[in-house]
Amino acid sequence: MSIVLALVTAVLFACGSWLLMQRRLTRIVIGIGLLGHGANLLLITAGGPAGRPPLIGADPIDSLSDPLPQALALTAIVITFGVTAFLLALGYRSWQITTDDAVENDIEDTMVARREADGPEGPVDDGEPTTSEIGEM
Amino acid sequence: MFPLLILHVVLGAVVVALGDRLGRRAFAVAAIAPAATLAWLIPQLGGIVDGDPVTSSISWVSGLDLALELRADAFSAVMLLLVSVIGLAVCAYALGYFGAGKAGVGRLAGLMTIFAGSMSGLVLSDHLLSLFVFWELTSVTSYLLIGNDDTNPRARDAGLQALLITGSGGLVMLAGLVLLGQSAGTYRLSELVASPPAGAVSTTALMLVLIGAFTKSAQWPFSSWLPGAMVAPTPISTYLHAATMVKAGVYLVARLAPVFATTAGWRPVVLAVGSVTMIVGGWRALRQVDLKVLLAHGTVSQLGFMMILVGAGTYGLAQAAVVVLLAHGAFKAALFMVVGVIDHQTHTRDIRRLAGFGPGWGSVKVTAVLAAASMAGVPPLLGFIAKEKALLSAIDGHFIGAWWVVAAIVVGSVLTFSYSARFVLGVFGRLTDESAVDAEHPLVGPEVAVPSRAFTAPGLILAVFSLAAGLAPVLVDSLVAEATRSLHPEAKPKAVVLWAGFNSALALSVIVIAVGVVAALAGRRVEAAQTAFHRPVAKLPTADRSFWVLLQSVLRAAKRTTRIVQNGSLPIYLMVILGVSALAPIVPAATGLDELPVFADTWLHIPLAALIVAAAVGSTIVHRRIAAALMLGAAGYGMAGLYVVQGAPDLALTQFAIETLATVLFVLVLQVLPRTFTDRSAAVIAPVRIVVAAAVGVSVFVFSLAASQSRADVDQASISAEMLERSVPDGKGANVVNVILVDFRGLDTLGEITVLLVAGLGVVALARTVHRKRLETTSLVPSPVVDASARVLFASILALSIYFLFAGHNQPGGGFVGGLTAGAAISLLYIAGGNPAVRRLLPVRPWTVLGGGLLIAVVTAIVPILLGGAVLEHALFEAELPLLGKIKTTSALPFDIGVFLVVIGLVLMAYEAFGDDPEDSEDSAGSRAVVTS
Repeated sequence: MSIVLALVTAVLFACGSWLLMQRRLTRIVIGIGLLGHGANLLLITAGGPAGRPPLIGADPIDSLSDPLPQALALTAIVITFGVTAFLLALGYRSWQITTDDAVENDIEDTMVARREADGPEGPVDDGEPTTSEIGEM
Repeated sequence: MFPLLILHVVLGAVVVALGDRLGRRAFAVAAIAPAATLAWLIPQLGGIVDGDPVTSSISWVSGLDLALELRADAFSAVMLLLVSVIGLAVCAYALGYFGAGKAGVGRLAGLMTIFAGSMSGLVLSDHLLSLFVFWELTSVTSYLLIGNDDTNPRARDAGLQALLITGSGGLVMLAGLVLLGQSAGTYRLSELVASPPAGAVSTTALMLVLIGAFTKSAQWPFSSWLPGAMVAPTPISTYLHAATMVKAGVYLVARLAPVFATTAGWRPVVLAVGSVTMIVGGWRALRQVDLKVLLAHGTVSQLGFMMILVGAGTYGLAQAAVVVLLAHGAFKAALFMVVGVIDHQTHTRDIRRLAGFGPGWGSVKVTAVLAAASMAGVPPLLGFIAKEKALLSAIDGHFIGAWWVVAAIVVGSVLTFSYSARFVLGVFGRLTDESAVDAEHPLVGPEVAVPSRAFTAPGLILAVFSLAAGLAPVLVDSLVAEATRSLHPEAKPKAVVLWAGFNSALALSVIVIAVGVVAALAGRRVEAAQTAFHRPVAKLPTADRSFWVLLQSVLRAAKRTTRIVQNGSLPIYLMVILGVSALAPIVPAATGLDELPVFADTWLHIPLAALIVAAAVGSTIVHRRIAAALMLGAAGYGMAGLYVVQGAPDLALTQFAIETLATVLFVLVLQVLPRTFTDRSAAVIAPVRIVVAAAVGVSVFVFSLAASQSRADVDQASISAEMLERSVPDGKGANVVNVILVDFRGLDTLGEITVLLVAGLGVVALARTVHRKRLETTSLVPSPVVDASARVLFASILALSIYFLFAGHNQPGGGFVGGLTAGAAISLLYIAGGNPAVRRLLPVRPWTVLGGGLLIAVVTAIVPILLGGAVLEHALFEAELPLLGKIKTTSALPFDIGVFLVVIGLVLMAYEAFGDDPEDSEDSAGSRAVVTS
């Protein structure tokens, strides 16, 4: 991989991550899109240097580019589209309910964080229980 | 042996399931299990005593050497006898102990049976890992049995404490067992002791295993759970917490000690812990007023005694330990049964309130005296023989610390004699104390109802056994000798005898008994001395108190950590995840970086790279939503350009089509959202976000360079090369990418289009929940020109998409590309006339297209199986068609058609979801109800 392509990948990942850490769902969707581009680029460049399209017959086989990462990237592109559509629907729904597309704090986690630590304290005496406190059976 | 273990589990489960329907008769049913064990064991006993162990094995994962290996040698047989004989006695005893109609008895009986199975498995296991599993099973069943009365907070606490101490000890032990197994190269216990590993790893492993054994056998400072466990009903305490389970640690140490006792640290640790436990336990037993708790501390003390004996690792002491195991099982169970009888008849176990029993109590008194005498080591009982043997072997023991062992046993024995005497005096009503007696807690005496014969018989039998085996040790001698040999194969154990002549051990026994008698006579003074001693000691934290304080602080720390790391903010979670995943690979990746590669492969990369970088950075800067979305689109077109340069035309086509579609989708959704972003993040978060994002970028940069350099190492015969070779002969297609998608990796594609279907359903389900008016901005103003040109363009783009679909096997194209191109055509229609226009030209519903596509793909995948081939095995077809001429295709085509339809369906679903109100469509109401309900 050349430095230029590595740099492009790095920028795509950095910008994608930055957008991912936002609260606006629109930004998160765009961030996922950029991350998808970055991941695909990583896949393709993992296939080695550029070559002729992997079509048998037109060019000698050893001049062809690696087809396997291309197949992986192709499905990745389509899946990213599906995910984008799904996230957009989420944002849409969020807008319908709250007239906003912000990702709010997780309610369950907030409640967990607020909860008081509770647990068994054990017997309060010196740890040597006497007659009547021990099992009645 | 396996049917025996399975019988325990099944019988236990049945009894638990029957609940209280059986009442106390549940114990009669439960008795089947120990009876079966005995019935199996007794015929084998002859062979086992002759030195011929019974083995049985079921292989589980042979490659990992995982197998259930059971092995019954004489030592296992001793333990198994304890488990089964005392199990039977306890079942008989429980019939008298539990009143009719007592709730929860069925569960107790069932769990006890499951425990008996686990304990049998533990002592039979020859594989370290199955031993561990059974070990933890006994901890769990013990927890359930202690906490059986779940309305009693003390029972719950005691169960929890027992589980946490023995369970965590078990986990430490697991680490040790794995280390031991790995360094020995075998997990078989019998092979391990035959060729023991040495070195630092095995020393560490042994210390970890010892911790597990100490927690299980209630050794100091892990002993606090055992007195607490006395909250369980007496039959349970008798069985688990006196006779069997607590001996598991002793059992394991006994197995390992013969070969590992000389390992650095083993003897000092085991002997120190054992003797402290023996003495502290005895000392504490001496202060108790509750008979049951007195016995519990006595058990702790005896376990310390056994730990010393087995841990020293000489065969003389091991032989003594086997006798102690038998003797203790008999006398301690009998004593617990005496306490249970007293508790059952008088409802108290406080020796200060027991004023002696009447004539009907003869058998209870005999049991108490015989069993206590055996515990105290008074001749001619079995306990005396055990203690003699132990003292004699310790005096003869040629190892460093042998005299320490003698001293500890002597001191411990004096204490044992004293608390045994205290027990007997208490039962006989000689320790009443006015200060503990009031109107609510009266003295109980001769007027108490006499217990039934059946209730007292099990204890009496065990006590009589202590006497019989003491008078005639030949009863147990051959079993004891062979058990010793199964631990120490080289051992030449002398016979255990009642009278071994005048020797130093006898002298020590006389001293022990004399001191003990004096202490018992001066009972009040001893008590006073103890109280005086305890006034300063009481201020020190007990192990029990420390346990609860530790538990509380763990819970508090957990809460504090939770509050920080799980505060509910999803961006912060992502920051942590991204930050860690950025930092983790950076060092190994950087070290893999030998030299910097070329700046650029071709100058064409440079403008494309500039476009993508500018678009990506731009999408983070702009404030308008739609601008950000367009920036993403621009980056996508840049990517498509890169694919062209890289030699990936299929990818380029896909990316172009996707970007077009995605842009339309963004426009549809974003028109309802506010135009700009309003950022309301905290000031602290923003810079951290930038740092994390930059770290991710740097990490990816280094990683991608390092990764592409390591590719050079891959030899030429890679999987890709094979795919290039086999594409035409096997896949019948020249476009290798498409052949991979529909043939070589066709099953993956099937999974992927299923994901697309799910995404499509999700989109409609989420977005189509309310009706909406057709928005003015969704489509262009209707115009005949636009309408007509849209129809013409639609037809031609659709034709192109079908070309892509059919040509895709040999030319760039295929189902994904074709479907997306058709999707672009549909977008055009939508822009011209909204959803009604789409529906006019495509009368099929979106979900029909989506589901139909998946159905076609699945059928294509399955048909070859029905014809006796593999999934997605393709056949070649040749046909002469009008207009298109000679078509040569494979059955991969229908699969690709399925992919094509799924992609079109997804696009249609998106418009259905985000598009204008479908109200005006005549058939939409019914279908929508199906999708959105």
